[in-house]
Amino acid sequence: MMEIPTNLRFSKEHEWVALDPKGETAKIGITEYAQEKLGDIVFVELPQEKESFKAGDVFGTVESVKAVSDVYLPVSGKVLEANETLLDGPEMINEDSYGEGWLLEITLENKSELETLMDASAYKAYLENIETV
Amino acid sequence: MPRRTPLFESHQELGAKFVDFAGWEMPIQYTSILKEHEHVRTHVGLFDVSHMGEIDIRGQGARDFCQKITCNDVSKLKPGKVQYTAILNEAGGMIDDCTLYMFNDGHLMFVVNASRKEAVLDWLYLKSEEVDIEVKDRSEDFGLLAVQGAKAPSIVSDLIARDVQTFSYYEFQVCQFEGQPLIVSRTGYTGEDGFEIYIPMVTLQKVWDALMHDGQVANIAPIGLGARDTLRLEMGYRLYGSDMNEDTTPFEAGLGWIVDLDKGVFVGSTALKGQKEQGGYGKVKGLLMEGKGIPRPHCKIFKKDKKVGEVLSGTFSPTLKQGIALARIKCPAKLGTRFEIDIRGKRHPAIITKLPFVETSVRKL
Repeated sequence: MMEIPTNLRFSKEHEWVALDPKGETAKIGITEYAQEKLGDIVFVELPQEKESFKAGDVFGTVESVKAVSDVYLPVSGKVLEANETLLDGPEMINEDSYGEGWLLEITLENKSELETLMDASAYKAYLENIETV
Repeated sequence: MPRRTPLFESHQELGAKFVDFAGWEMPIQYTSILKEHEHVRTHVGLFDVSHMGEIDIRGQGARDFCQKITCNDVSKLKPGKVQYTAILNEAGGMIDDCTLYMFNDGHLMFVVNASRKEAVLDWLYLKSEEVDIEVKDRSEDFGLLAVQGAKAPSIVSDLIARDVQTFSYYEFQVCQFEGQPLIVSRTGYTGEDGFEIYIPMVTLQKVWDALMHDGQVANIAPIGLGARDTLRLEMGYRLYGSDMNEDTTPFEAGLGWIVDLDKGVFVGSTALKGQKEQGGYGKVKGLLMEGKGIPRPHCKIFKKDKKVGEVLSGTFSPTLKQGIALARIKCPAKLGTRFEIDIRGKRHPAIITKLPFVETSVRKL
């Protein structure tokens, strides 16, 4: 299992948030753990630009050979851009879940929501806990 | 507590991810479903399917009993031949689809789905009460490995020191491996040339190890149940529980070709004769998605705004890189007819396609 990037924030549903240095926007994706559990991803459904979501809303689906998974937006925001390259190449989520496999770029509605998410070490501990259950 | 085959540790060592299947903890994949699927289509794969059931029918009346209890014509079987058939209830519903091996008139063997073994046994015990035959569950005695892919004949020939190219399709022989008898049949569930090998439990690990080791020159790889499902669906092969259940007749499952109503009375024949006369039960067809959606079981099928059918099994075809489905459709559905499949609230276009969805090596056998 690769190292968990330290500049990201994580949700319990295994989504990551990367805050842009300028502080107004963020990129969203699913974690390495999530893509590994899903297996080969073959189809992705993403929202349109300008769609708005509240923290915890389902914003799309990631589908593997065996199952469909809802993806939840960990923080409230409006879609700036969806990663359209995933529509023809969904396997990028498996290959580079923290990089080229990003799902959305959003403008943040409420930056303080980031505080409610786990940092890298908290997420690592969370994962260790799941595996031992 | 789920059951495990004797090869569980071998699967663990190979990095398998496990899933609960019919109460068994089975490998769903070792590396990736897509890679394993492609490996069987282009090289050769090894499957542990020891969770399946084997049931012996023995005695003077064995052959006649099998003829009465199944829908296909057992008189077409000869010693050393295998037949795909189904065991029906009185209403013509399928208790299980299965293969039937004939050793001789006094000894046949059913190979049944893991999820149906208990139901089949109960039925066979019930139906044999007045008959002088023995029904014996042999599932604990046998493990089952499948070697599937173009290189399967050479690998299996090396294992048993015999040329299995001489075996015709759906033929089996009892062969030797280190003093133990193996039943080797030229059958499979993938659409590729291959063999299913029934192995005494005590020797199962040795055979697995020998195939994995000696098969390296042919690039053999372990394959999980995930790829087993995508492989069979590309062929249009049915899966009990997904495509049919106890309420489904062979006609409704699109398996009319394994029903022989002329062979004499059998369990379910009256009901089937009636259904054949009445018709109206919908036909099982292959649907190929035209866009990016992936059909799943129970997705509804529409012609304009009218619901005309339902998806039985659906998945992503690794070979075609499109979604595919087996569906039951109740209106005319010739090849090339377009329908829409409702997948999670959105309509996706699909086209009626011939089965099997892909061309494979089994057709050349």
